[in-house]
Amino acid sequence: MRSLTLDSRGRPRIVVTGMGLVTSLGWGKSENWPRLIAGQSGIAHITRFPTDGLKTTIAGTIATPNGTAYSAYTHSLRIAESAADEAIQQAGIGTPGRFPGPLFIATPPSELEWPQLSRLYAHAEPAAGEGYRRLLAAARTRAFDELHHDVAFASIADAMQRRFGTHGEPLSLCTACASGASTIQLAMERLRRGEAEAALCVGTDATVHPEGLVRFSLLSALSTRNDPPEAASRPFSKSRDGFVIAEGAGAVVVETYEHARARGAKPLGVVMGAGEKADCYHRTRSKPDGSAIIGAITKALADADVTSNDIDHVNAHGTSTPENDKMEWLSLAHVLGPRKHAVPVTSNKSQIGHTLIAAGAVEAVIALMTMNEGVIPPTINHHEPDPEIHLDVVSNTARTAQVRSVLSNSFGFGGQNVCLVLAAEPW
Amino acid sequence: MQRQRAAWVTGLGIVSSLGEGQDAHWQALARSPVAAAKIDNSSHAPYAVHPLSAVDIDRLIPSRADRKQMGAWQRLGVHAAGLALDDAGVAGNEQILEYMDLVVAAGNGERDESFDARLLDQICALSTREAAATLNAALASGLRPTLYLGELSNLLAGNIQIVHKVTGSSRTLKGEELAGFSAIEDATRRIAAGQADIVLAGGALNAERNDLLLNYELADSLWAMPFAPVWERSRAGGGFVPGSAAAFLVIEASDHALKRGARAYARISATTSDRVLRAEAGDIAASLRRLGDRLPIGQADHVLGVLSGASGVEPATSEEYSFLKDWIGVPQQRASARAYGTLLGHSVEAHFPIGVALACLALDRNGFFEPFEDNALEVPCTVPPERILVTSVGHWRGEGLALIERVDSSARMA
Repeated sequence: MRSLTLDSRGRPRIVVTGMGLVTSLGWGKSENWPRLIAGQSGIAHITRFPTDGLKTTIAGTIATPNGTAYSAYTHSLRIAESAADEAIQQAGIGTPGRFPGPLFIATPPSELEWPQLSRLYAHAEPAAGEGYRRLLAAARTRAFDELHHDVAFASIADAMQRRFGTHGEPLSLCTACASGASTIQLAMERLRRGEAEAALCVGTDATVHPEGLVRFSLLSALSTRNDPPEAASRPFSKSRDGFVIAEGAGAVVVETYEHARARGAKPLGVVMGAGEKADCYHRTRSKPDGSAIIGAITKALADADVTSNDIDHVNAHGTSTPENDKMEWLSLAHVLGPRKHAVPVTSNKSQIGHTLIAAGAVEAVIALMTMNEGVIPPTINHHEPDPEIHLDVVSNTARTAQVRSVLSNSFGFGGQNVCLVLAAEPW
Repeated sequence: MQRQRAAWVTGLGIVSSLGEGQDAHWQALARSPVAAAKIDNSSHAPYAVHPLSAVDIDRLIPSRADRKQMGAWQRLGVHAAGLALDDAGVAGNEQILEYMDLVVAAGNGERDESFDARLLDQICALSTREAAATLNAALASGLRPTLYLGELSNLLAGNIQIVHKVTGSSRTLKGEELAGFSAIEDATRRIAAGQADIVLAGGALNAERNDLLLNYELADSLWAMPFAPVWERSRAGGGFVPGSAAAFLVIEASDHALKRGARAYARISATTSDRVLRAEAGDIAASLRRLGDRLPIGQADHVLGVLSGASGVEPATSEEYSFLKDWIGVPQQRASARAYGTLLGHSVEAHFPIGVALACLALDRNGFFEPFEDNALEVPCTVPPERILVTSVGHWRGEGLALIERVDSSARMA
C-alpha cells in the first residue's frame, strides 16, 4: 500500500508545504533561524509593564509595533496573522484571502485584563454598585462593546478565518501547553479522513501581562533567576528552577501529498504521525512512572508506523522546570532504550522561552527547519548538566547533523501529552 | 477511506435547572403541561439566569481535595461526565477508560469576583504608576495559588481525567456554541473513520456568575427584560438568558457497542457546519438552508422533530425561525420544533450537547417534547419522530446542524 501518496496503512500522506514563525528572537523564519543556530536568547527584562513586587521580572516578549497598545487578543492575533501569512506565502497555496481548507488554531485564554477592567470600573458611577455590578453597568452603556473581542473564545479563530478565507467553521483548541501540536494532529486526522486536502494550523500566545505572569508564578512554575535574563531558561541543567514565559506564534500549511504534488508544491517535511495520551494523576504533574508521556510517544511512533530506532532527533518539550525535564528524560530513556544516550535532544525553550499555547506549533516549525537545514539549534545555558539526566543534549552550540526524522514533544497542565513524528521525506 | 462506522450514543449525562438525569428532564419537558422554567430574577438583576438545581456533587466526585481544586463549572461538568459514563456502563471500567477519548467544549472558569472587586476599588483611586505596583503586589499575594487551574479551559477535561480516569486522549475546543457542536462532530467523525472507538464528549456552563454575564453583556447578547420564551424575544431586540447546565454523551462505534452489549439511545447520522460572515440580513438563514441541503432530510416521508438551540439573540434567532418555518410548512415533513433554551436557558458551550442528549432521550422513549411556546414552529407532535434535527446557531457566529436518528430496534440490543 505504501507509496509517495499513501502511507503504510493506505492513509493519505500528509506533508508540510509552508511554515511561519514569530518569537522573541524575531519575525519570520529568516530572522529566527540565524539567531537560533547562533545560540542567542530572546529572554529579557520585561518593559511592557512595571514589574515592581514580582518574583519573576523576565520574559520572552515580542514588542508591539511602534508602541501600539498591548492586549492579549490584539497581540496574539497580530503574531498569528504574521506566522500564517508567512506559511501561506511559502506554500504558494490558494489566492490572497482564500485558503483552500479549514483552520485549526490554538489560542490563549480569552479574558479582560486589568487595564480594561479598570477602564470599565472608572466609567460607571459608584452608585451603580460594587465590583461586577459596576462593571456591568459600564458595559450596558455600550461604550465598551469593542472589548467583546477580548472575551469571546472564538474571536481569534474568527478573525483569522476572515483574514485568510479558510473553509468552514475553524477549530479553536486548548490543550494547554500541548495546543500547538494538537492543531497539527487534528488537521492530520481530518486530512486522513478525506474531509479536506489542505489545512492551516496555527498556535499563538502573547499573554505576558501582570496576571498572566503571576498565575504561573503562584503555581511555582516560573524561573526566578532574573539576572541575567538570558541565562534563566536552562533545560536539563542541574540548576534549572522553572520555565520562562514567552510569546510566539507558529504556523504550518499541511496538505495531502497528492494535493501538493498536483499543484507542484515542494514538501518541506512529512507529518508521519501523532500520538496523544491523557494523564489522570495530577493537575500540573505527570504520573511518576511517566506512563502517560511514554504512552503519547509510543502512540505517535505506532501511528507513524516507525520504531524508536527510526528517530534521529528529539525536539523536547524541555521547559526547564525540575519536574518536566526529569519526567521527559525518564520517558525518553524508556522509549529510546539503548539509544537514549545517542539521540541528540534539544529544547528550543532555552532560547525562546516557553511560548505556552503556541509552543507545539513553534517547535514543529523549528523541528522541520532543523531537518531542512541539517543543523540542530542548541540547548543554551547547559553548562552544568543534571547528573540524573543522561540525554545527548545539544549543549550550548548548534550541531550539524543529518536529521531524517524528529520526535516533537508537547506536554501541558491538565494531563495533556501530544507527540508528533515529523520526517524530512516520506518513507 | 475506511468504511464509515455508525456512531451510537450509548450514555447520557445531563444536569440543568430542571434537575439531574433523563427522568427529570423527560418529566419536565415531555408531559403536558410543561414544567415552568426555573428562573432566578434577583441575584444578578437586571439579568435573569436559570440556576442549577440541587445536585449531589459529592456522590460522583467523592474526594474533597478534588472538589476543592475545581471551579463550579468544572464540578458541574465532571459530575455530568460521571453520569454519562455510569449510564453507558463504563464507569470504573479501566480497560475501556484507558483508550476512551475525551472531547470537551469549554470557555474559561470563574474568576475570583470578590478579589477583583476589592482590587478594582483600590487601584482606581491611584495614579497609573501607583496602581501598577499595587496591582502586582495584590495579585502576587491575594490570588489563590490554584485559581488559574479552575479557570483554564482544558482543566474541565483534566479533572474528568483525574476523577473518572478517561485517558485515551483529551481535547478541549473553544468558541462558544460551535465549540459544543465541534466536540460532538469530532467524536462522531473520528468514530466513523475508525480513528476512535468510544468517546466522551460534552460541555458545561455555570451561568450564575457575574464575570460570565459581563463577557456576554459586552457583546450586547443578554436578555434583561421580564422573562419571555426564546422565539418571542426577537420582537424586543432579542437576547439570551444564561442557564447553568452540563451534558456529556458517550458516543461509540456500533460494533464496539454491540461487542460489549451496550444499549444505544440513538445514532448521530450526520453533522454539518459553517460560519458565514453575517454581513447582510438573511445570510444566516441562507447558510442554514445550504447546510440543510447537505443532510439527508429533504424528501423522506418521516416525522421530523427539531430541537432548536436558538439562543434568543438577534438576528440569529429570527433567521433560524425563518429557516425552520420552511421545513415546518412542508406537509410531508410533518415537522415540529422546540427551542429548548426557553426551558433550560442558553448554556453556550454545553447547549448543543444538551440538544443532542434531549434528542436521544426522545428517540429512546418514543415520544417528543410538548411545545414550549405558542407559535407556528412549536406545533404539537402527534406521532413520535424517527429523526431529530438539532440546530446550533451561535449567538454571534457559526451555524451547525446535526441529524440524530432512531437505531433500528433489531440492531440496538446485542
